[in-house]
Amino acid sequence: MPAAILTRRGFLKTSGSLVITFSLGGLVSRSAAAASAPTAPDVWPFKTVAPDEVDGFVAIDASGKVTIFSGKVDLGTGVRTAMTQIAAEELTVPFGSVDVIQGDTLLTPDQGTTWGSLSIQNGGTQIRQAAATAREALLAQGAQRLGVKRDDVEVRAGRVVAKSTGKSVAYGALIGGKTLSLKVDQKAPLKDPSTYTIVGTPVPRLDIPGKVTGRFTYMQDFKRPGMLHARVVRPPAIKADLLSVDDSAAKQVPGYVATVRKGNFLAVAAKTEWGAIQSAAAIKATWSEWKGLPDEAKLWDFVRTSKVVKDEAVQTVGNSADALKSATKKLSATYNFAIQTHGSIGPSCAVAEFRDGRLTCWSASQATHLLRQQLAQMLTMKAADIRCVYIDGSGCYGRNGHEDAAADAVLIAKELDKPVRVQWMRADEHGWDPKGPPTLFDYRAALGEGGAPTAWESEVFIPYKPAKFTVPLVAAELAGLPADPAFPGNIQQSLAIPYGIPNVKATAHWLADTPLRPSWIRTPGRMQNTFANESFLDECAVAASADPFEYRRRLLKDARGLELLERLVKLAAWTPRAAGAAKAAGEVAQGRGVAYTKYELVRTYVGVVADVDVNTKTGAVQVKRFFVAHDCGQIINPDGLRNQIEGNVVQTVSRTLIEQVTFDRSHVTSLDWRSYPILRFPEVPQVVIDLIDRPKEKPWGAGEPTAAVVPAAIANAIYDAVGARLRSVPFTPDKVLAALKKA
Amino acid sequence: MATTVTLTVNGKTARIHVDDPQMPLLYALRNDLDLHGPRFGCGLGQCGACTVHVDGAAVRSCVTPIGNVAGKHVLTLEGLGSPEKLHPLQKAFIEEQAVQCGYCINGMIMQAKALLDSNKKPTEEEIRTELANNLCRCGTHVRIVRAIQRASASAK
Ligand code: FES
Ligand code: FES
Repeated sequence: MPAAILTRRGFLKTSGSLVITFSLGGLVSRSAAAASAPTAPDVWPFKTVAPDEVDGFVAIDASGKVTIFSGKVDLGTGVRTAMTQIAAEELTVPFGSVDVIQGDTLLTPDQGTTWGSLSIQNGGTQIRQAAATAREALLAQGAQRLGVKRDDVEVRAGRVVAKSTGKSVAYGALIGGKTLSLKVDQKAPLKDPSTYTIVGTPVPRLDIPGKVTGRFTYMQDFKRPGMLHARVVRPPAIKADLLSVDDSAAKQVPGYVATVRKGNFLAVAAKTEWGAIQSAAAIKATWSEWKGLPDEAKLWDFVRTSKVVKDEAVQTVGNSADALKSATKKLSATYNFAIQTHGSIGPSCAVAEFRDGRLTCWSASQATHLLRQQLAQMLTMKAADIRCVYIDGSGCYGRNGHEDAAADAVLIAKELDKPVRVQWMRADEHGWDPKGPPTLFDYRAALGEGGAPTAWESEVFIPYKPAKFTVPLVAAELAGLPADPAFPGNIQQSLAIPYGIPNVKATAHWLADTPLRPSWIRTPGRMQNTFANESFLDECAVAASADPFEYRRRLLKDARGLELLERLVKLAAWTPRAAGAAKAAGEVAQGRGVAYTKYELVRTYVGVVADVDVNTKTGAVQVKRFFVAHDCGQIINPDGLRNQIEGNVVQTVSRTLIEQVTFDRSHVTSLDWRSYPILRFPEVPQVVIDLIDRPKEKPWGAGEPTAAVVPAAIANAIYDAVGARLRSVPFTPDKVLAALKKA
Repeated sequence: MATTVTLTVNGKTARIHVDDPQMPLLYALRNDLDLHGPRFGCGLGQCGACTVHVDGAAVRSCVTPIGNVAGKHVLTLEGLGSPEKLHPLQKAFIEEQAVQCGYCINGMIMQAKALLDSNKKPTEEEIRTELANNLCRCGTHVRIVRAIQRASASAK
């Protein structure tokens, strides 16, 4: 990982203004193998982090080394490499001369949470514009230095060159170590994509050599001098009160240092990690009883009867109520999607240290700027006195436990006045990370002449979304410290449909209550909503005895979407069929299903075909193959993009077939990989991809869209195979057998 | 009971002072020897992130007491190869770009090494079966299988 080691700083007086310079060569160490940790510079603030300043994003040292300061972080997706490509391309410097520092509130601008498939689309675009502004300024300065006209110069590999004389001056010699002191110019001309040599190529990822040789420093590997190891002791029931603590046995554990108790927050710290684990196990705590969770067996009744805080019309076209009233052929269906967990392979981990009244907190948070606000709120401290630093953790697919582990470490470090590392155990992660909430849907449609829908109504029941984008910190809640209510993500998006149906009404019912602390998890809401939309559209196609591709083509007015469907037909060698036409022969039936979306109706187009085998005796579904046609506009790194798409498919096959959080009246009961299994190697499908590259278009996101279409494609393929409709995710064998009975 | 355990790690003798011989090997490797290849994933023997080789066999270091490996040979991902001198499996994982977050990859490579040690040319199905108890959350499976096939093909 690029580790921020601030090795040399100086203060330069230039034209009366104070300019901070630093050795950029030492600021980051490019090699993923170098395991040095970010250390705290003693100058706070250290540099500008203003997102409208070029210096917020870009610094160039005397040797020409470029450092990019990115508020978006690499969650295992390859974003660091992609950002390096974008910056190197736009600045026109060698790829190897660019380093990226990510998610450090002292150094990087706040570019928003790393979520929503927006790292490239928004974060990369901001960095590209800052780089273009810098390049233009350097061209002007270079022309002046070379004594030629502005239109006589061009950039070649980090040097401004006079075309007439061939004389040149390096970026480093022009600006080396000084700030540019320029606003980002939104009109600075961008390079013509046809001249790109770095963007659009499959540059190998920078972090992989370190990761396959054990040299990469993950958050879980990070240490501070004098650091204590801590473990949290969570209540056995979510809202139980801590009545008493007996830590006499813990005190006997070698290495034990202290017990920390604050309200219902309980933790132990020790000199060694094993000491902390043993101490936590030895603590005897008595908790009050709490059974406030709903009955899991009646979860969907609970959701349906929860108080509605607000109804929101997500899409309205024509008058669906009238159209439904007068229709003769009508369809209706109810769908639901289980509560799911993030399930990172490495449980959350964080280190916190107070020094001179200031707090530094290292974590794998996808939102260090937001975390800083939350920690300030929890501690009633000034945000300016807190530095949150990102260090890569285990894959993160949304707001999981990282921020909570950070708050745990902060509380304990504050109590003990020592650097503290908190590592969650597997049960902490499975039990206490916030969850993708349960989602329930009702659908109605009317079909007209020829089977096309004349009316479409959808309703989704989802937990309420407050104004603030935060999920409360577990430590703050347990300790009774200030925290905001949970924001579950923009989970109403993608309920609106991309099809031309004359009467449409899509409604979100925002609910007052949901069983477990909700948050966003990959493709939040968009996955659930697209599952229901594309399943119900398939039901309409079946009712119309239409080929599902043909049916979609009839309803789609969007040329780019239609082109994608054409490519997908070819890729999957799809032959026209009435949906549900495949018939079981023997025990294992084969089927194929399609699903399509234009993500949130405004960006990435993706369509998939799933090939499945359904065992009619056991109810087991095996997904054999996925064909994906993908158009996210300009592609930055085609291999990185494929890696993301494959990951989307495999992870979502797992979520669709297997995953659901279980709970009793007190707490989550799926606390390990046995009770919350995920897809294993023998069950993983082949993934065949067709990338549609549009170098002249905007680059859109790819971390989520493919996941949106996976569940419906599987449901539709199962229907195709056996004529049974799966309307409840996950499609466990018992649900498949029950649907087969009804078919 | 505090004691000193002597073992060989990546070819070198290591003497580790432990408070408790029941401490899993994983913590000795990560904290006492600063070897970060083996990773903490579950501590329950369920995911494979902590896999190392003990006397040539793949074991889960999170459930292997340090006291049980006294006098034995432990090999970690660091011992397999370095960025300068890659093991064929590491090279193949780079060539296939078979990593997303990479947290599981230690286990994938160490388990694959155990397979290739006994079966130089496994079929795709054999690879998938061998890795059935190694979990990956990022969905890197298809690339991991390809990387192991590549490493196997490159071996004489
Ligand atoms: S950490 Fe050892 S098997 Fe999961
Ligand atoms: S690559 Fe992230 S868990 Fe496997």
